[in-house]
Amino acid sequence: MRARVRFSKLGKVRFTSHRDLARVFERAMRKAMIEVAYSDGFTPRPKVSFGLALPTGAESVAEYLDMELVADATPGELTGRLNAVLPRGFSVTMIERIERADVSLQQDVIACAWSIGLVGVTAAEAAAAASRVLGAETFVLERSRKGEVRRDDVRPAIESLSVTTDSSVDSVSADSVSGESVSGESVSGGVTMQAVLATRARGLRPTELLMVCFPDRDPLDVGGRVLRTCQWIERDGARWELLPLPDAAVLTPTTEVVGV
Amino acid sequence: MSTVNAASLWSRLEPLLARVQKPARYIGCEDGAVIPVHGPAKVSWLLAYPDSYEVGLPNQGLQILFEILNERDDAVAERTYAPWLDLDALMRAHNVPLFSVDHHLPAGEFDIIAFNLSSELVYTNLLNMIDLAGVPVRTVERRPEHPIIVVGGHAAFNPEPLADFIDAAVLGEGEEVVGEITEVVSQWKASGRTEGSRLAVHKALAQIPGVYVPSLYEPHYDGLRLVGVTPRYAGVPDSVVKRTISDLGQWPYPRSPIAPLTEVVHDRLAVEVFRGCTRGCRFCQAGMITRPVRERPAEQIRTMISNGLRSTGYDTVSLTSLSTADFSGIETLVGDIVSDPTACGQTSVSLPSLRVDAFTVGVAAGVANGRRSGLTFAPEAGSWRLRQVINKLITEEDLYGAVESAFSQGWHRAKLYFLTGLPTETDDDTLGIAELAANCMKIGRRHTNRAAITVSLGGFVPKPHTPFQWFGQNTVPELRRKIQLLRDATHRVKGAQVKWHDPRATLAEGIASRGDRRLGNVIERVWRNGGIFQEWTERFDVALWEDAMAAEGLPVEEFVYRHRTATEALPWDHLTAGLHKDFLWQDWQAALAESGLEDCRWTPCYDCGVCTGYGLEHVVASPIPPAGGSQGTGQDLATGGVLPEPVLVAIGRRRPSDEFAKSEGAGE
Repeated sequence: MRARVRFSKLGKVRFTSHRDLARVFERAMRKAMIEVAYSDGFTPRPKVSFGLALPTGAESVAEYLDMELVADATPGELTGRLNAVLPRGFSVTMIERIERADVSLQQDVIACAWSIGLVGVTAAEAAAAASRVLGAETFVLERSRKGEVRRDDVRPAIESLSVTTDSSVDSVSADSVSGESVSGESVSGGVTMQAVLATRARGLRPTELLMVCFPDRDPLDVGGRVLRTCQWIERDGARWELLPLPDAAVLTPTTEVVGV
Repeated sequence: MSTVNAASLWSRLEPLLARVQKPARYIGCEDGAVIPVHGPAKVSWLLAYPDSYEVGLPNQGLQILFEILNERDDAVAERTYAPWLDLDALMRAHNVPLFSVDHHLPAGEFDIIAFNLSSELVYTNLLNMIDLAGVPVRTVERRPEHPIIVVGGHAAFNPEPLADFIDAAVLGEGEEVVGEITEVVSQWKASGRTEGSRLAVHKALAQIPGVYVPSLYEPHYDGLRLVGVTPRYAGVPDSVVKRTISDLGQWPYPRSPIAPLTEVVHDRLAVEVFRGCTRGCRFCQAGMITRPVRERPAEQIRTMISNGLRSTGYDTVSLTSLSTADFSGIETLVGDIVSDPTACGQTSVSLPSLRVDAFTVGVAAGVANGRRSGLTFAPEAGSWRLRQVINKLITEEDLYGAVESAFSQGWHRAKLYFLTGLPTETDDDTLGIAELAANCMKIGRRHTNRAAITVSLGGFVPKPHTPFQWFGQNTVPELRRKIQLLRDATHRVKGAQVKWHDPRATLAEGIASRGDRRLGNVIERVWRNGGIFQEWTERFDVALWEDAMAAEGLPVEEFVYRHRTATEALPWDHLTAGLHKDFLWQDWQAALAESGLEDCRWTPCYDCGVCTGYGLEHVVASPIPPAGGSQGTGQDLATGGVLPEPVLVAIGRRRPSDEFAKSEGAGE
């Protein structure tokens, strides 16, 4: 069977890389006795494909992978078996059967929603930065992609941008989700940017958004917790979330509280 | 002083991790890592590996002690590894001390920091980590609130160069002794760790067999020459003897192997199949200090493998030991692993140390699972004469048989590992390496056009507690000359490639490995001048070592290059791995007479002192010597592949042939 898996990556494990993800899931599948199909050929590869890379250090409640399994199982059973063995911080929130995908996960996604905690920035400063950026017709950013320095107009990649503070109902606090270092100084002083950023061609990364918004500051200083909250695809002119969750599930992933 | 009260450093560390390479090295969270539970009455251990996480995480010794300590009611253990340079700099800039990866607690708050030393070049990292922990690097400057700094592992068998920096060194295996140390430190904690109490705890530690407390001993010199190291206090033992567990079967650890979330050097399940080695290679410190041979019961190995595969999700298992093909039941064992029905998917086996014989290649072929990139054999020396000197008794025929077998069974590449700078070595021996390589290439060519031979040349460093401990190491120019000689001679051999270890690194290892306490200042100088991660080629700087020796007025010639005499004191004479010094000297003389000794498992005892001293015997899982080559089966195994029926041979002449070899393992 083919299945699409939605999972979250929260807490300390956000420092694992996209490459590490493959290692973690391959071992988890074997621990859960879920036999993955292998490609033919001289060096058989497991038929698992991961979606858009999440920057190392960012958290997410909307990561995806597609896999092909040797035996059939219900999505509920697979979810339970994987969550029983995944390292703390990773948890599967939804699995759906899929047909053979025409395009890869990576090619399918057109935009991602991000929640970016800000450090040392007041709500007013953040709001001013956001309206400045949104008000601009074009916004040229010099950045290196694949080893070459390019100057791109990244304004079109910023589909929406808003600022929330702790009191706002719709902000997802990375702390409450991961249950770690609630009093940590790196975490936002309650000011968070909510952004939808395009992923294709001239797409924008969360760190690059911070460079655009706060050009005088080191984006690593300004950026606190970065959380991907949604991955969007387009079908017949409409936008869909890859695998939408019931609302409650977004806010209560099952991560263990660690630390002393 | 209880670690339970110490706050986690995570929130201070977290912003730094966004700025460093591979931050997953610092988060812990590994599969299988037991979660340490602190308690006010528990002695807290921080098990430290003085190299990067990728190198240190797979270390079996550390994983074993981590579990054993956390199973105790009176102890808790966490782990730490050397932060890489980028994080080191950020930690210093932001006043973040060394931390454990489990709960991210400050290292300085632990009762004991125990370092695993697998080589000498990590000594400067040890100092750096003590310093990063906020603990004075010199033992005399430590106060009662500071942790007890302990070292163990192979390089701790001559801890004298570190004498100024450590509270204690443990000689030998740690499974039992960590409990005894815990009890002593527990009493110290209970007594309130009062002013001046470190001396009392030092004296109590020195009463534990296998524990050496350098500050309780005084070195004596006659001019430049060390003449002895003796106790400063009554009741402190004159001599410290290594610890050895008698039955590996009683220690089925790690029960819960640690599988990291990020890439490490050995990313597979490791199961130790035996300890010790009695082949008696005279250059090999590991083989000398880990005697006698103690095999793990085959049934226990099988259980550890299936449990380990299930709990980690690994699909590769590495059977570790100093010479895995020597395990009594090797063929049955690997067969069982490959066909284990309880494992999910296919399991492959990696054999990290192969002997040089066709039989062994046959075993490797049986488990190679398709991909066959290369096999490594270690003849160690280029002529039969020199192999007798070093007691690596493999014949050219053994090597050619092994290589023939490897190429005929689908491998395209063979790596031959040699040492240079061995005792009595002549240019004929060096040129012999080129000849062996050329002949191996001829064999390879018969099977494939892609055949390639890599000759890897390591510089020999004489090690303490071996028959070669008296030998004067070759100088850097001499090693360079020999390497060049081999390169020139191999130049004409198409398909053969020579790789070599930097002779300058060999020199630095030589400085640290047989030094006495005066080396402490040298190590501290190298560290203070920025010399950390010295085992990393890109970080190694020989000038730091040479300058430090000169600044301390210590001639390299005296410490490294000269031959030592029968009568002079060696810095580790008061420490023993159980081997009689007489035995080592006789074996050194036998080496100079080009006379080899056969494996003592299957021959009468040479009385090295270990078995008799410990009241132990070699523990083998089967009375049948392993098949192949010189093992006495008398079968022609040149073609490999076919596993021989075990033949019971009680007595009988064996060809002085097969030997173990280092290998990258099958299927890698």
